[in-house]
Amino acid sequence: MALSREQIAQRVARELKDGYYVNLGIGIPTLVANFVPEGIDVMLQSENGLLGMGQFPTEETIDADLINAGKQTVTMATGASIFDSAESFAMIRGGHVDLTVLGAFEVDVNGNIASYMIPGKLIKGMGGAMDLVAGADNIIVTMTHASKHGVSKLLNQCSLPLTGKGCIKKVLTDLAFIEIKDGKFHLLERAPGVSVEEIIKLTAGELVVSENIPEMQF
Amino acid sequence: MAGFNKVVNSYEEAMAGLTDDMTIIAGGFGLCGIPENLIAEIKRKGTKGLTLVSNNCGVDDFGLGVLLPNRQIKKIVASYVGENAEFERQMMSGELEVELTPQGTLAEKMRAGGAGIPAFYTATGVGTLVAEGKDERTFNGREYILEEAITSDFAIVKAWKADKFGNLVFRKTARNFNPLAATAGKVTVVEVEEIVEPGELDPDEIHTPGIYVNRLIQGTFEKRIEQRTTRTLGE
Repeated sequence: MALSREQIAQRVARELKDGYYVNLGIGIPTLVANFVPEGIDVMLQSENGLLGMGQFPTEETIDADLINAGKQTVTMATGASIFDSAESFAMIRGGHVDLTVLGAFEVDVNGNIASYMIPGKLIKGMGGAMDLVAGADNIIVTMTHASKHGVSKLLNQCSLPLTGKGCIKKVLTDLAFIEIKDGKFHLLERAPGVSVEEIIKLTAGELVVSENIPEMQF
Repeated sequence: MAGFNKVVNSYEEAMAGLTDDMTIIAGGFGLCGIPENLIAEIKRKGTKGLTLVSNNCGVDDFGLGVLLPNRQIKKIVASYVGENAEFERQMMSGELEVELTPQGTLAEKMRAGGAGIPAFYTATGVGTLVAEGKDERTFNGREYILEEAITSDFAIVKAWKADKFGNLVFRKTARNFNPLAATAGKVTVVEVEEIVEPGELDPDEIHTPGIYVNRLIQGTFEKRIEQRTTRTLGE
């Protein structure tokens, strides 16, 4: 069975380490915050200028001056700090954020990522995604392995305008956990009940499969 | 206006001198920390052919989006413009020129502009459409592109508190691009929720020194929320 959005988030959360500063993108990455493992403290960075993002406010504590990068109202965790947008991206560009999790339309075997624009169709802008992928060393991309019509999103070469070049090393899809190195995809883990053959069929880019690919446990 | 007193008494006075085809840098992220009354004044004035530099362009009926129906904006430099149907229509039809700029690069362009630095190298955008036509250079084995600073005829800024000298304090994430915008305008106009006497703000807690501020006005704010998201107690 393909992973649910929550299971994708849950698997990503296992990559968190105690003391990590983490930037979570919009969508599935945001859900990672709900699955931080027991005994681990992380601090969430929101690129609009907040380090130490807390949970959503109650109706009583809602504050129009306190939002996250998805423009949702949020709260501040204990020990939070506030700063301007240049400072925020100094943290990001300067490599101070330990882990970045973001979504994508496509990734390819050379670690290129396309996530912000479908020409003639969807032109909303890159927001902070180009800075995040250029600045972070440790990035996990979350996305579905293929489109609803079975078209692979893991390619030999991205077809859409790039968000970043050669910057992605790890991808977690609803079917598999994949590492990118030496110009190839490498299958690390598969979703429970999903066969290696299925993953091979839905991966358009060159995929290296070793023997005994473990199933993710939930 | 006497000495360092930056206070003006009307929005008309605050935006005096703004004429067609000028460039405006605006603070704000989404609808958070936007100079909503200064934007309303630009709409009232009907100034046209404007180049707007701002992270976003508001929504259809609030924020910078209110300048779209009368075609007051010629060009916008922004990182994300997805919340606005009229915006998308004007962009797709070619009526509105859009220069998509990565958010961190946009912030740094304002910072550099205000700090007298004409350009800077960044790895952001290397190998993408953003890099087209820009100088590329390698430092320590990594590629970078040259991005030019931005300055403007006017900067419009929203702060929380100010003293009459224009020393500014921002509140929570309404700070965002505002301190950067404040440095980069030939004329920087700031609207705030409260103006106090000089000496009442702790100098250690001032985010933007008054030297960057030309005009200051106290306003009342709707502070519309774009994505009202809550939890119920105990969740």
